[in-house]
Amino acid sequence: MTKQHLALLCDNKPGVLTHVAGLISRRAINIECINAGYTEESDVTRINIVVSVENRWELDQAVNQLAKLIDVIKVVNLDDAPFVSYELAMIKIRSLTPEIREELTNIANLFKAKIVDVQRHSLTMRITGREDRIEALLEMLKDYEIIEIARTGQISLSRGETAVKDM
Amino acid sequence: MNMTGAQAVLECLKREGVDVVFGYPGGAVLTLYDELYKAQFPHILTGHEQGAVHAADGYARVTGRTGVCFATSGPGVCNMVTGIATANMDSIPLVIISGQVATPLIGRDSFQEADISGITTPITKHNYLVKDVKELPRVLKEAFYIASTGRPGPVLVDIAKDVFDTSFEFEYPKDVHLRGYSGHQEGCQGDVVRAVKALAKAKRPVLLTGGGVILSEMAEPLRTVVQQLGIPVVTTLMGKGSIPDDWDCHLGMVGMHGSYAANMAVTQCDLLLAVGVRFDDRVTGDAANFAPQATIVHFDIDKVEINKIVHADISVNADLRWSLPRLCEGLKPYGQSLYERYEGWRHVVLSMKKAHPFATRHLEGTISPQAIFNAVQAATDEDTIIVTDVGQHQMWSAQFFNLNKPRHFVTSGGLGTMGYGLPAAMGAKIGCPGSTVVLFTGDGSIMMNCQEFATLHKYGIDVKVVVLHNNVLGMVNQWQRMFYSGHCSQSVIADNPDLTALSSAMGVPGSGVRSPEKLDDAVSRLFHTEGPALLDVFIPPDENVYPMVPGGKRLDQMVLGGEAQ
Repeated sequence: MTKQHLALLCDNKPGVLTHVAGLISRRAINIECINAGYTEESDVTRINIVVSVENRWELDQAVNQLAKLIDVIKVVNLDDAPFVSYELAMIKIRSLTPEIREELTNIANLFKAKIVDVQRHSLTMRITGREDRIEALLEMLKDYEIIEIARTGQISLSRGETAVKDM
Repeated sequence: MNMTGAQAVLECLKREGVDVVFGYPGGAVLTLYDELYKAQFPHILTGHEQGAVHAADGYARVTGRTGVCFATSGPGVCNMVTGIATANMDSIPLVIISGQVATPLIGRDSFQEADISGITTPITKHNYLVKDVKELPRVLKEAFYIASTGRPGPVLVDIAKDVFDTSFEFEYPKDVHLRGYSGHQEGCQGDVVRAVKALAKAKRPVLLTGGGVILSEMAEPLRTVVQQLGIPVVTTLMGKGSIPDDWDCHLGMVGMHGSYAANMAVTQCDLLLAVGVRFDDRVTGDAANFAPQATIVHFDIDKVEINKIVHADISVNADLRWSLPRLCEGLKPYGQSLYERYEGWRHVVLSMKKAHPFATRHLEGTISPQAIFNAVQAATDEDTIIVTDVGQHQMWSAQFFNLNKPRHFVTSGGLGTMGYGLPAAMGAKIGCPGSTVVLFTGDGSIMMNCQEFATLHKYGIDVKVVVLHNNVLGMVNQWQRMFYSGHCSQSVIADNPDLTALSSAMGVPGSGVRSPEKLDDAVSRLFHTEGPALLDVFIPPDENVYPMVPGGKRLDQMVLGGEAQ
């Protein structure tokens, strides 16, 4: 299984997410994460999907099926060229004592994570980075009590000046 | 022009050239039906919404125009789901217009509310929910464009009840602007050249034609290719009619119930020219060993179909309207040379065709299925449109009834929808009033939408119904006898009602026939009856469709039977 990072440019219209999600389930495409957001064009939504595929055939099928949807303008597999990919995660951890709080602050500093909320019995870190860095931080936090985690999933852009719409 | 949403819907239909709508009214579409009443818009009221959608589908298949149907919200349009899926599998252009509960009530589990755009997302080419009347003209323009262009398919437009009532300034857009879709698909000339070169190198080529040839109206150029090359032809169920069945080099249908010659030719060929096909499992059998020695050349409009099931060595991904004329052009310089080159191979396949024709058992005292098709063939002209339901009779229709024209064989191929036949035949007759329309059906299938006999009678729609009556759900029964130790679980329907009485009760006269000597007369009487009529033909319960490739087996592992053994 390899992970491939797809960028979908879609019409910013109701029903787009239903159509994309419906296709993913109907064609049994394995997805690791999916997220959507506005872009530099007000009528275009960008959906970022990370798919897990066994081989090139499976990838081509997924790309072609997604591209066939009427409200999908374009699908690009970013893995075909150099690209940058980041994720944001927020982690809420129980910290009942000042000692624990200090330990957690040190870990956060090592990972260049920010502490964005501190309470008497908990603190929340925010980290952005590649997936493996987030995984490494979570590994370090295994000794503590994690209350909850929220992650955005990865968003990706190709390197260089070319935009997905011009690819 | 100021008008209401309901008036706008009818105005859009007029601008799109729609001449008939099939439908069934209800609460959410009352305003639409009120406008339809005032405008006297041609409308066929079916007995069931499923009948309306299949009728629109039958109309679309024979005319090539987009079929249109109306239904109300919730149960109304939910009854259309099977028909939408049927059209989607066979790439039939439909626009389904449904009412939805009023905008403020959406999402509140209101009376007769169902999320039909959600429900139909996997079985439509595209769908819309319209909550703002100003969107309506653009959405309907797009719906007709999407349904009828590219690889055609059904498009559903769900319109909230209050949208029908709201007035607005109507303006019908001239063009569609869709960034993610184009109805034109041109390919790459280099791919066509590669296909031509491969044909020039081949010694044992076979042409496989499918529904795409018919949908794109490209039967003519393909026939030119066949005549020039003398290439042996096999068709899928959906491709029937693309090449005349009585042409010598036509080996018949390929696949699970394909002919011996067709299946063996595909197995032995060194090049398979596949045009407008999607390699359904009923065609390929064991797909990994389909045409194992062949270079596969695949012409199709839909990129998704290339390499989906069978790997294409050469693919021409374009509208056949673009690619087939170029193929003809590319083959011209070869003149008759390829015809001569394929001579030896043609001899091989034609001797297989001669040795193993389609056949059912010879029966004494009872009517054989084959005899029915022969009798109907003899009693009808070549403009006759054949409609089928699903099961054994469907396969026999494909095997035994010779057709020469595209859009003259109407059948639910991909989805295999029992109950499709009667309403589809009704739509076909409305689309082609000048042609004789014959429905071949079974005593199982006919019960599934038999309410439409009343519709045939009410509108005087002249469909001749021939029931192959064997008192079993034939195809299920055949599998049970062959693969399930003869356990005929729930497939015996000997206590069905008297079908002639049933149709007569709804105004369609019927008669039955049991003895082979009386068959020709009975068929002749059927075609001399004015208006719709039914002929109930009794055949033995244990006839099998042969040849048969058991599920998942290779095409050359087919089981022969009957006279062909």
